[in-house]
Amino acid sequence: MKHELPKLPYELDALAPVISRETLEFHYGKHHQTYVNKLNDLIPDTPFADSSLEEIVMKSDGGIFNNAAQIWNHTFYFETFSPSGRREPQGALADAIKSSFGSFDAFKEEFTKAATTLFGSGWAWLSMKDDGSLVITQESNAGNPMRSGLTPLLTCDVWEHAYYIDYRNVRPDYIKRFWEILNWEVIESRYK
Amino acid sequence: MKNRVISRTAGIGIIVILSVGIVLAITKPFSVMEENDIVGGFQFPSLPYGYDALEPYIDAKTMEIHYDRHHRAYFNNFVNAIKGTPVEDMSLEEIFAQMSSMSDVIRNNGGGFYNHNLFWKNMSPNGGEPSDELTAAIEKAFGSFDNFKELFGSAAASRFGSGWAWLVVNSEGELEVGSTPNQDNPLMDISPIRGIPILGLDVWEHAYYLKYQNRRPDYIDNFWNIVNWRDVSERYEAALK
Ligand SMILES: [Fe+2]
Ligand SMILES: [Fe+2]
Repeated sequence: MKHELPKLPYELDALAPVISRETLEFHYGKHHQTYVNKLNDLIPDTPFADSSLEEIVMKSDGGIFNNAAQIWNHTFYFETFSPSGRREPQGALADAIKSSFGSFDAFKEEFTKAATTLFGSGWAWLSMKDDGSLVITQESNAGNPMRSGLTPLLTCDVWEHAYYIDYRNVRPDYIKRFWEILNWEVIESRYK
Repeated sequence: MKNRVISRTAGIGIIVILSVGIVLAITKPFSVMEENDIVGGFQFPSLPYGYDALEPYIDAKTMEIHYDRHHRAYFNNFVNAIKGTPVEDMSLEEIFAQMSSMSDVIRNNGGGFYNHNLFWKNMSPNGGEPSDELTAAIEKAFGSFDNFKELFGSAAASRFGSGWAWLVVNSEGELEVGSTPNQDNPLMDISPIRGIPILGLDVWEHAYYLKYQNRRPDYIDNFWNIVNWRDVSERYEAALK
């Protein structure tokens, strides 16, 4: 099965100045595309040749896992953004955030800490456990919380390529502005 | 242990450093030492060349941010983490030999401090050629110099995420190529490749992103234009002793 780079649900300049057109040209157009190309090169004649992306993420390791999970993670990340959209959660997800973290602000603080302190390349995640409660985790490199039985709701890419053009070494500034482009309707739709 | 000497003469050192700093400040975009660059037995080094010295292979902006922000942050975080602990009186080599019993903050920042110290010295705008001894050892270990470059380059290219590629002298006195994640290095007891590093290549994205973006292989190819083979050859000889 040939994997494809999904279309972005907005224009390349739609997230500026939080994420610039130039960053998206490389991040989506080069990095994300390269993970797709590499996975398509790696899977023929393996048990994963006809597997869905999610199945590969769940069962593979090594280079196949790295490229598959990076495709999945980036699609999930890019789909969360929107130039317009509600910037705060409502309804059941808002209630779950409150009961798991105390308040939306306390959640943002804890998520920010996870994203800021992850050393090296990786992803910060908000996920749902089986009982509906929420948890924040860090994953190195291509890591994905589905491998730990969690349901991912929100992620922040903290590989340097995600912010280096716009923020250079100052990762905290990128995370601070990340909240301004989130579309919580998308995140809520993942909480079920 | 070399660092210990510096701390005893820190008073004089600061005066010298300040005057050097003034001279440098009025000449070129160059690294300027600051007063808090010596903490206990540890010193944040000055760059052995100007920020633009490795152009066009490494751009001046990258050098400045890499040295003055990233490296300096590792140094500051490291000295803050060990302040008032028994680790304060150990050398970096001693710390790395016991890495598995230490905290992540010491591992990450001690590694980041040491690795960049080595990296700056491993590069030069006119680094010469490998010594005859090093050339012979490379040919013995890897078949040919080209083969070595290919192995080292592929270690650097295939390190997924952030990390370093290394040429090390192992405990048998032989050369080996490998890579480590994040700021680990081959002196650490947790490293899969062990030995004395004589050449390191930083493949964190911050090392090349402003100039090469996603093209890490181009950065690796260009690295060979700026390797300081005199420094690597000296390290090879010292490692055999
Ligand atoms: Fe990314
Ligand atoms: Fe670096």
